[in-house]
Amino acid sequence: MIEAELSRSVQRWCKGATGVTGAAKLSGGASQETWRFDIVHPDGPVGAILRRSPKGYGAAPTRAAGLAAEAQLMQLAFEAGVPSPRVMHVLVPDDDLGTGFIMQRVEGETIARKILRDDEYAAARPLLARQIGGVLAGLHRLPQDKLPELRSRGATQEIAEFERDYRSLNWPKPVFELALRWLRDHDPGPSGETTLVHGDFRNGNLIIGADGVRAVLDWELAHLGDPMEDLGWVCVNSWRFGEIDKPVGGFGSREELFAGYEAAGRKVDPARVKFWEVMGTLRWGIMCGGMMQRFREGPDHSMERAMIGRRASETEIDLLRLLAPRGS
Amino acid sequence: MQDEPTPIELTKSVADFLRGDIAPLISGHQAFKLRVAINILDLVTRQLTQEEGSDAKEAERLRALLGIDGSVTELNRALAERIAKGEVDLATPGLAEHLWATTMDKLAVDQPNYASYKRELGRNP
Repeated sequence: MIEAELSRSVQRWCKGATGVTGAAKLSGGASQETWRFDIVHPDGPVGAILRRSPKGYGAAPTRAAGLAAEAQLMQLAFEAGVPSPRVMHVLVPDDDLGTGFIMQRVEGETIARKILRDDEYAAARPLLARQIGGVLAGLHRLPQDKLPELRSRGATQEIAEFERDYRSLNWPKPVFELALRWLRDHDPGPSGETTLVHGDFRNGNLIIGADGVRAVLDWELAHLGDPMEDLGWVCVNSWRFGEIDKPVGGFGSREELFAGYEAAGRKVDPARVKFWEVMGTLRWGIMCGGMMQRFREGPDHSMERAMIGRRASETEIDLLRLLAPRGS
Repeated sequence: MQDEPTPIELTKSVADFLRGDIAPLISGHQAFKLRVAINILDLVTRQLTQEEGSDAKEAERLRALLGIDGSVTELNRALAERIAKGEVDLATPGLAEHLWATTMDKLAVDQPNYASYKRELGRNP
């Protein structure tokens, strides 16, 4: 079905293209879908990805930057040499595909557990923490005068926002209260420098190949803020997938991450990184609560969502390990 | 008093049936969904087995910590409020131990294979 619209679309903007084949939905919630397909071209097939909100789902949720902004950010990143797919086309009404964009497909793996366990990535794994430092440095240096309009968020606002989200769940959790107190007591205040923040830079949102990071995906939570937020989020234990002694996505150490970041000419503030790691751990815990609420109130009454609600306790133990570590 | 088998035994029998007889027959997304379903039944079985004991101990610790009585839900709400107000914090004797014990009991039901939990289980508290 979607192949007909995609075929008409590619023939308009991809010179020589005659159609598309192999369209398959990779993931999709109610408001956003990702499809893979191949553009049929006399020079050989071109792998492509469609990210779109289907018709009738134009409005972005409050925290999301929106697909148009995402396309612009990925293109900027690509041009600046930050690993990113090339954006081929931003959807227009004539495409009849909703809103979104089409990008070049980058081959590689995004499933965190495979990246952490499969032999194919064994040579890349020890390099990734440092490499991620360099990628983040490049991302934080993207020219601000070229960025799309993005929300601006500092530590103080984020604490208030997460507290509000948590209280709205009416889900009294002493460990979350402790974390909120800790965050308020350790609020580093406005960052000396405001940069682009990816907002969801973690193992699972990166395409990894045998050679390392090939692309940074999922820019929908991009905003302006404290660059240390990205360094803290990539260290949250939930994204280590069992490799708990390797804070950076299960790949390596904070020292390697920081060294890669500083080798690319940017400064790390380890205290701020720690603050954002605690914040990130709580953030994922509150998101688990949100999943539980959505499961209970109906829109997505799936078993998977129900079980994510039961993963909040994982963030509680991780918060205790950060804030009240026990001896040996 | 209800007759037997107990809910624990009944739930476990369904999980074992799905795992042993149905799982080998299906693949793809349905197999993934079935794994989630089996995980849910296993979680329910663990909760039915452990909840009574862990809730009683949790309520006892909370009564000692707060100096008030109530259900485990009410006591948790009261503790959450006191932490939010700053009346209780990690310097309060018994708080860290209570939160650790409570959280470990939750993980034992929710995610006994979670790496942080397994690490902490190996420690001497």
